[in-house]
Amino acid sequence: MKLKPIICGALVAVGYLTSSATAQIKIGVAEALTGNAAQYGLPIRKGFELAIGEINGAGGVNGKKIELIIEDEQGKKEEAINVFRKLIFQDKVLMLFGPTLSNSAQASDPVAQGAKVVVFGTSNTADGITSIGNYVFRNSVTEADILPVTLKVAAKSTGLKRVAVIYGNDDIFTKSGYDNFTKALQALNIPVTTTETFAKGDVDFKPQLTKIKASNADAIVLSALVAEGGPIMVQARQLGVMLPFIGGNGMNSPRVFELAKDNSDNLWVGSPWSVENPAGENKRFIGAFQKAHNAAPDQFAAQAYDAMYIVAQALKKVKLTGKLEADRSTLRDALPATQWSGATGPFKFRQVVDKEGKPAGYDAVQTAIVMSTKGNQYVIQK
Amino acid sequence: MFAQQLVNAISLGGVYALFALGFTLVFGVLNVVNLAHGAIFMLGAYAALQSVLLLKLPLLAALLFAMLVTAIAGWFLDRLIFAPLRVRQAPHLAPMIATIGLAIALNSTIQGLFGAENLRFPAETLPADALSFAAIRITQLEIQIILLAFALMAVLLWGLKQTRVGWALRGLAESPKAAALLGVNVEGFFRATAVLASLLGGVAGVLIALYSNSVFPSMGQPMLHKGIAVVILGGMGDVRGALLGGFFLGFAEVFSVAYIGSTMRDAVAFGLLFAILLLRPQGLFGQAAQRRA
Repeated sequence: MKLKPIICGALVAVGYLTSSATAQIKIGVAEALTGNAAQYGLPIRKGFELAIGEINGAGGVNGKKIELIIEDEQGKKEEAINVFRKLIFQDKVLMLFGPTLSNSAQASDPVAQGAKVVVFGTSNTADGITSIGNYVFRNSVTEADILPVTLKVAAKSTGLKRVAVIYGNDDIFTKSGYDNFTKALQALNIPVTTTETFAKGDVDFKPQLTKIKASNADAIVLSALVAEGGPIMVQARQLGVMLPFIGGNGMNSPRVFELAKDNSDNLWVGSPWSVENPAGENKRFIGAFQKAHNAAPDQFAAQAYDAMYIVAQALKKVKLTGKLEADRSTLRDALPATQWSGATGPFKFRQVVDKEGKPAGYDAVQTAIVMSTKGNQYVIQK
Repeated sequence: MFAQQLVNAISLGGVYALFALGFTLVFGVLNVVNLAHGAIFMLGAYAALQSVLLLKLPLLAALLFAMLVTAIAGWFLDRLIFAPLRVRQAPHLAPMIATIGLAIALNSTIQGLFGAENLRFPAETLPADALSFAAIRITQLEIQIILLAFALMAVLLWGLKQTRVGWALRGLAESPKAAALLGVNVEGFFRATAVLASLLGGVAGVLIALYSNSVFPSMGQPMLHKGIAVVILGGMGDVRGALLGGFFLGFAEVFSVAYIGSTMRDAVAFGLLFAILLLRPQGLFGQAAQRRA
């Protein structure tokens, strides 16, 4: 019985020694690792892990290693809030990455803002996320910036005159994509023949697609996540609807080629990242990812990878004191001016304003690459 | 467009009806609201998919494999949950709550094994030919789905009406005590009903997975909600009611999209259902003294 306190004491001492020997910077990662959004969350996690491996392998940041504390927010608002609270108050992380879906970010980012902790989204592209406050950052280019470019290029190449629209109306991301498409369609003076909706978890889209077929559109504008978007493309082709699809960020994933295999041609998407982009940083990223995971990366992995480097870059410029609150705001102040050129190309931040017009968080400034699909791969379009 | 929507409605209605059949059988005979029926439906889809991916089975064999897996699941469902509760004469709610637990366990197991992502049957395993006449386009697969759904329903209806097993089942649904007195092996029939119902749920799962090209762990949930609605509409425990209710819901959904708007899909379908229940609270085929199955 007497042994117990000794062992406990020894364990505490060992724990103390290891933690003090390698001073670490703790960064929280809250992504959807299970649930439907896991198809985005899992590549994001791989992107972070790849970058952190490289950064720590090269000696860390100013001699400190970065430690990731990864939590699963399941793609749910409530879970995202819980996980944010745990990372901020219990794990006492310096800053947070995540969450995966804009829908969750809308709910959980105010928690980080309230606690004055930087929250950095790598996949939130809906409107209004960064207007939550000045601790909210993202390097994911918003749909508002990308969709008009996609639409313009697709319209020019396919000569479309009018389009049908189908979107998920119970998800903030697909709904916001729809709003942005509508704005872009109005700006380009393209009439809409019919607007159809579906809900998360739906599996039968044939009634909507039959209606679209009868509406004589030249193309279908699709604001969906790939889980529904894939089956929508397959069912459209089954009904004999061979029109081009013009999609948002959710459709920019190699998963399209699995879920809509052999029916995936003629889908147009815009993205800050393309596997076909021959820039040196991108080639290096793709090679390293392939080596580490034995699979091709996607846009979400690329953006997470770049985001980690952006933060590392900002951390290099600051001196951390070990006082958590001060360090958290020091990092915040250093981030906006940080520039980086990674897998997604040259990157910098742009401050946005909130609903009252006051300066708030930071969005990405990046050029979109428009691609269309052919033979189960993306081809860059100019 | 009308003709194509008609085809859409028939195929969707067929799958709903098939799902509701199993659900209503368990209620009619075992007097249990089986909230794990959606999970069994999902299990069928995964069994077929994995047998195609891992065992390289052709589609028909995969369907039979899925039937086998869900039939075994049905056996265990009765052996491990319904039977012990029956013996202890547990109140109605106990087996229902137990099936919620089973559904969660099944969902989580499948998610743990195969991931949360949407999967699909490999494109090359599906018959790709499509027939076109006039404005209708129907794939070979859809025709097979419709035929199979109808064939299964016909066999079930005929079996209940014309065979001794069917009579025994109907007698059992009416009164287990009377059936036992007449020499019916009550426990055996209870078990067989759970097996048959699960198997029908499994087939529905495979068919919707083929029809929609997606398989995911939570796919049974919306189906379960619709199944409950269909069964209540038809009259709890009534087989003809489940069939008719299934097609009613399929038609209501498709035609509300076609002529009212897709935003209103569920609102119209469930609104109609509500209206019918206001007029006939016992459902289409329900009667004051219920004759079931």
